[in-house]
Amino acid sequence: MTLAARKDDPLHEIMELQMGPSHPASHGTIKFNLKLDGETIVECDVEIGYLHRGFEKMCEHGTWTQVFPYTDRLNYASPLINNVGFALAAEKLAGIHAPERAQWIRMLCSEISRITDHLTCLGMAGVEVGSFTVGLYTNEAREYLYDLVETITGARLTVSYCRLGGVTNDLPAHFGDVLADRFGKIRAVLADCDKLLTRNRIFVDRMSGVGLQSQADAISYGLTGPLLRATGVNYDVRKQSPYLYYDQVDFEVPLGTRGDNYDRFLVRFYEIEQSMRIAEQCLARLKEMAPSPVMISDSRFALPPKRDVYNSIEGLMNHFKIVMEGIKVPPGEAYQAVEGANGELGFYLVSDGSGRPYRVRVRPPCFFGMAALGDVLKGLMIADIITTFGMVNMIGGECDR
Amino acid sequence: MGVLVDTLRARFGEGLLDTHDRLGDETVVVGRDRALEVFRYLRDDPAMAFDFLTDLSAVDYLGKTPRFEIVAHLFSLAHRHRVRVKLPIDEADCWAHSLSGLWKNANWLEREVFDMFGIRFEGHPDLRRILMYPEFEGYPLRKDYAHNRRQPLIPERDPIENPWPPRHLRAAR
Repeated sequence: MTLAARKDDPLHEIMELQMGPSHPASHGTIKFNLKLDGETIVECDVEIGYLHRGFEKMCEHGTWTQVFPYTDRLNYASPLINNVGFALAAEKLAGIHAPERAQWIRMLCSEISRITDHLTCLGMAGVEVGSFTVGLYTNEAREYLYDLVETITGARLTVSYCRLGGVTNDLPAHFGDVLADRFGKIRAVLADCDKLLTRNRIFVDRMSGVGLQSQADAISYGLTGPLLRATGVNYDVRKQSPYLYYDQVDFEVPLGTRGDNYDRFLVRFYEIEQSMRIAEQCLARLKEMAPSPVMISDSRFALPPKRDVYNSIEGLMNHFKIVMEGIKVPPGEAYQAVEGANGELGFYLVSDGSGRPYRVRVRPPCFFGMAALGDVLKGLMIADIITTFGMVNMIGGECDR
Repeated sequence: MGVLVDTLRARFGEGLLDTHDRLGDETVVVGRDRALEVFRYLRDDPAMAFDFLTDLSAVDYLGKTPRFEIVAHLFSLAHRHRVRVKLPIDEADCWAHSLSGLWKNANWLEREVFDMFGIRFEGHPDLRRILMYPEFEGYPLRKDYAHNRRQPLIPERDPIENPWPPRHLRAAR
């Protein structure tokens, strides 16, 4: 089925169709420039960039601390992971380590964010193939976690929770009990969704065998996260290049076998349970730990306590310097990757020794998924775009930056 | 110095302009003319086996010569090691060889570098802007592009100077 082969057929012509950028069935502003033979996709040129806000440019114009609010708006389905990723990269460059307690809290928060991201993706996958109920169930489950995030950070989505050298505040009292209660509810919701979707004939027919991708292709396209693991390649940043304390917790990495949409769905589905396991282990470690600071006390990086700011000239000057001039990160470059919900989220930072980043480069995992999408869609039907695109889980804020 | 960098130095010698492993990130700097050869070696040699082009980007060091630096991060699934390869690119001679024959994702990554920095890639199958629109002038991530410069295709609404509805739509009073 090539463009040339059908040219002599007078009843047949290749139709060009532009799907998007605001198509009601695709969540995310994205345009597919399609060449169609009937309903079959002959060629697909994926156009991104509709949500480009100049993230990397703006980061160069603020202090290191001012980058955190921007990172919330990268992958806004899992903002805490972005916070943690940037903090770890900047700390690597600055040569500092956050206190142990802060690191465990970061891990806990990352896993909560991963669950909210996967719930968003899975719920929408259900909605897109007509199972609206699942979408509402997962959104409810996500609310349980957003409430939790709000008790920790004060915001549901625009969290800005991490800082260079720690996190802004400790977990609230009785957090563990609330978390256990919420995880119980989420497990119940997941059991319901499992019954509604996983062996549902309509759902399986729409997902299974659709959007196939080989391991070689997935690697050559630099895919990571659930998209890569659905093809059976065992690569998870948390296992392969552990950061924080991921080498001290017990969890499994679910793998697919075929690399189709159904496998991508299942990999995400089972990752939620693994994330809850990690979060519970983090919480157990935090409970054992004696109360301790969640922020380093080095006055070059941490804001002084308010008591000092208001009562001593040194404290006031210290505060002023950090706020106005920014934290002085030594000149150099560093790359740090964390496992985002969609794959390897990397930060490549360059510092020139001033209070502002010289260059902030984000490696956005879903950019790579979108780069591969055009090839994956070739030969599929129009209706398959929706499910395949849904499983890439493109988050515009991260893909377009 | 890291093992990886040592191997590369033994293999390419003078071909590498600089090497370091500061902060544990093993890095080699290579000239544009030898770059493809180095990348091909890194991908195909069994001891290297860098099957992932993790990231490709650039940095604008305005005021220095050469002005630009293309930065690639590679990862090997088999050996679980990473390497960073940097290519200095001169402003007057602003191009590099495309990696799209080696890794499929180089296509989009190089389009982004072209879009943001104006560095052309020879041998790229489809070099056009990716995040910005075709009518956009200049390269936004260059340091001499003002961060507040705007290029709207249709006039932006200023609520004070140009309140909604526009003048020609306002009912005559």
